[in-house]
Amino acid sequence: MFRNQYDTDVTTWSPAGRLFQVEYAMEAVKQGSAAIGLRSKTHAVLACVNKANSELSSHQRKIFKVDDHIGVAIAGLTADGRVLSRYMRSECINYGYTYEAPLPVGRLVVQLADKAQVCTQRSWKRPYGVGLLVAGLDESGAHLYYNCPSGNYFEYQAFAIGSRSQAAKTYLERKFESFPGSSRDDLIKDALFAIRETLQGEKLTSSVCTVAVVGVGEAFNILDQATVQALINEFEISGEEAPATASVAEEGAGDAAADQGGAAAEEEVAPMDI
Amino acid sequence: MTKEHANWSPYDNNGGTCVAIAGADYCVIAADTRMSTGYSILTRDYSKICKLADKSFMASSGFQADVKALQKVLSSRHLIYQHQHNKQMSCPAMAQLLSNTLYYKRFFPYYAFNVLGGLDSEGKGCVFTYDAVGSYERVGYSAQGSGATLITPFLDNQLKSPSPLLLPAKDAVTPLSEAEAVDLVKTCFASATERDIYTGDSVEIIILNANGVRRESEQLRKD
Repeated sequence: MFRNQYDTDVTTWSPAGRLFQVEYAMEAVKQGSAAIGLRSKTHAVLACVNKANSELSSHQRKIFKVDDHIGVAIAGLTADGRVLSRYMRSECINYGYTYEAPLPVGRLVVQLADKAQVCTQRSWKRPYGVGLLVAGLDESGAHLYYNCPSGNYFEYQAFAIGSRSQAAKTYLERKFESFPGSSRDDLIKDALFAIRETLQGEKLTSSVCTVAVVGVGEAFNILDQATVQALINEFEISGEEAPATASVAEEGAGDAAADQGGAAAEEEVAPMDI
Repeated sequence: MTKEHANWSPYDNNGGTCVAIAGADYCVIAADTRMSTGYSILTRDYSKICKLADKSFMASSGFQADVKALQKVLSSRHLIYQHQHNKQMSCPAMAQLLSNTLYYKRFFPYYAFNVLGGLDSEGKGCVFTYDAVGSYERVGYSAQGSGATLITPFLDNQLKSPSPLLLPAKDAVTPLSEAEAVDLVKTCFASATERDIYTGDSVEIIILNANGVRRESEQLRKD
């Protein structure tokens, strides 16, 4: 009821103690196409759904390499994400110049969070409308962080943001306990399964998603389309379903069988995200 | 009325010699590994060569603190370039960047005498030679540092590179084979070591070609 009175600028509190402009910025994140991240002790994987405005245009880039040991996936206002990626790259380069060592991920996300916080406390600014999943490696292993427009950041074992991310989160919640010990390839497979959850019946192909990995002995790199498609084919052909503990997999449409010749990919109907 | 002179200088000369030779499809970049100050040796095992990009190596003699700072600045700029363009810098592009970086400090120069060697976008060897403030040109071969005056006339005799002012433009790269060029470089350093007190200990040789990078090391006189 009172929302509209107190949401004009970011420096106005509501009577309930909320900053609505910041909350609206977080809504922008939910509107972006899905991005998911997960990690084991030694590797971190980022994956995202590619959205193109039309068949004629190219996909928006949502995963950025920040340094050899850090990468970021974004959801929301991609322009804001691009600018923040540039800031992160700059910070990594400057730290490397001064200390001849890679910038620890934990430090970078704090700097990023502080930068976001500034925009929640200046009347002439607006919050960044982008959520960032920061995957990185440091001396203590692989890490995954989520930075949101409010200036908060959290560390996660696995997380999903963007539209229909709840479906992916449900899948990840079921499987996350096995992630710390997962191998690199299993981690990527789980990422692809999670992405498939957000597609809600749409066919999962490498043209619809992007996958990136960083790990011990492996610099951050975005997997090429052929590699991703091969991995998708692997589990589609074997008819592997997203391993479920309680839910029952339903037989999906037979369109997958038409090109693979194998068992049709089973899809689970997951609850819609808000 | 004699002018008062500073009793402290921000510069020092750590000596050493650098050479680079461009071939039809390779490039040889070499530098001795002795680092000195005054008449003393600081270390016999210091690398003056830095990889700036996949196809660009820079060898610098002079004041090594300034050389180190210059190498760091160029490496960082290369990282930025890679983020923006999604590819490595070409050697001619790096050559221009080095020139601009040196001139940026025109009024407090990097005391660095550089040779940049690598492969251009066509895969041909290229060598760029610089002065301390960024004046540069592409040549077929070059020597910089304390032994340069001893080596350059010898290379002029052996390689006879055409002047870049000639018309029509002639290819500056040497017709020598890679193995011959490496041998020539070893000879250069062996000779320079005999008469230049700041050159010696060992020579580090980098050979760049279509297959990648190779590193060779040859011992020199230690006196």
